Amino acid sequence: MTLPATDDSKITALPLKGKSATVTTIAPSARKLDIAALTGTIGKNVIPPLIVLAVILAIWQVVFSQPGSSLPPPSEVWAQSYDLIVDPFFVYGSQDIGLGLRVFTSLQRVAIGFGLAAIVGVAVGAVIGQSIWTMRGLDPIFQILRTVPPLAWLPISLAAFMDSGPSAIFVIFITAIWPVIINTAVGVRNIPQDYRNVARVLRLNQLEFFTRIMVPAAAPYIFSGLRIGVGLSWLAIVAAEMLTGGVGIGFFIWDAWNSSRLTDIIVALVYIGVVGFVLDRLVALIGTLVTRGASAS
Amino acid sequence: MTYLQISAVGKTFTRGRASTEVLRDINLDIEKGEFVSIIGHSGCGKSTLLNLVAGLNEVSSGGIILENAEVHTPGPDRAVVFQNHSLLPWLTVYENVNLAVAKVFGRRKSAAERHDWIMDNLNLVQMAHAKDKRPTEISGGMKQRVGIARALAMEPKILLLDEPFGALDALTRAHLQDQMMEIHARLGNTMIMITHDVDEAVLLSDRIVMMTNGPAATIGEVLDVPLERPRRRLELASDRTYLKCREAVLKFLYERHRFVEAA
Repeated sequence: MTLPATDDSKITALPLKGKSATVTTIAPSARKLDIAALTGTIGKNVIPPLIVLAVILAIWQVVFSQPGSSLPPPSEVWAQSYDLIVDPFFVYGSQDIGLGLRVFTSLQRVAIGFGLAAIVGVAVGAVIGQSIWTMRGLDPIFQILRTVPPLAWLPISLAAFMDSGPSAIFVIFITAIWPVIINTAVGVRNIPQDYRNVARVLRLNQLEFFTRIMVPAAAPYIFSGLRIGVGLSWLAIVAAEMLTGGVGIGFFIWDAWNSSRLTDIIVALVYIGVVGFVLDRLVALIGTLVTRGASAS
Repeated sequence: MTYLQISAVGKTFTRGRASTEVLRDINLDIEKGEFVSIIGHSGCGKSTLLNLVAGLNEVSSGGIILENAEVHTPGPDRAVVFQNHSLLPWLTVYENVNLAVAKVFGRRKSAAERHDWIMDNLNLVQMAHAKDKRPTEISGGMKQRVGIARALAMEPKILLLDEPFGALDALTRAHLQDQMMEIHARLGNTMIMITHDVDEAVLLSDRIVMMTNGPAATIGEVLDVPLERPRRRLELASDRTYLKCREAVLKFLYERHRFVEAA
């Protein structure tokens, strides 16, 4: 995002060079340094993981190439699951579709479940953070419920919803909501008294206080809760889909295991890891954009 | 007629079974347009008294009447300039003032009028140039000026200043004191300022309220400052009345302070 902006300003700054003072000439050269620094940081952050990845693949290849090894080496994964790796969006039939499309189905479930968890979690967390008595009453219950593993919710939610789709979404919701509630409550409790006094002097009503003071002031906490929550939802969806079936990435792994397609499972694992990483970074990015300036006083 | 009337006010904080009497039997009448300073050692309950007038705390006994209405809750008619500015860091300078203006004048003024009013107040404290900056991007003195602009923009009946310049360096403080005198001269606001700076109190005030030491602090003495306005810091440095007032406050604080150490 920074690169095109830099190029533009360089083009406009150069013609001024002749008649104007040092100020204009300094700016482009400082930006040139920025580009150098940028490529430097990219090099520092991209090259080492690539080298490590190559080493890991090489060791994997050597170790599992012996006859009789239980898992396939990378070369075999490439050969046998070639179509899965190369084209994420193929459709050969209702159950034979690319991994990108399967991930997309799973992401839709996560979006609904996590979206609900975010809305309900922030609202509940705000109420709990505001009132010492609801805090005392609800906090122990939440602390216990939050340790229940995602899949343990599945049978009861299947019984309640009688359908696998809503059940999977409920499992995501119930897994992701606890960190959102708890972090929001802590954030609201930590709103400085000064901000509350400002709100009282201005006589902000409950809604105005919530939108103008509480949410922005607690935003850093809320977003760290959301980030934990989105990670947990991605963990939960894969597990839930293994049991509920359908077209998601979780069921794909279970299906591949039942038909002994080990190489497909390995490709799916890579997909899941990458998507989970992207989700985490996405929420973190939104967080830094939204809470810009809200940190220091 | 008295504008603000503080009569027989006491404040006791209770936490569990322990209770602390902070203020006892405070009586003070303030006229419209007066600038009154409250001075005393730290812990004497100056801030508590200001919070009572602001309505942020409720009185335990006695009552506070502002223009025939008793003070119970906080409100924009008693704007507070907080010691640590209390600007909302996620809003720009303009938006911080706008928060107050939109709330106080939301129905009475049009959008254009509100904009002009915000800019008027930012101009008053010479901060219009930084209207799009966030509080983290401006200096401590600038933040405090924006805090003053926000308070003035509420068009309060009385302006409450809680050690407004306490956290600033001496030069910035002097500059803001001069600005404060200008604003007071121009708008004629009624102001109560808490301070622990003797020079600041004498320079700015019409009257100086000196508080005894806590617990159960009360008003020890009220000193009139009969200096002509406008006052100039340099001329006052050798003015006999100024020095006399200064000496009176110092004596009060010095004697009381010794008294505490002996106890």
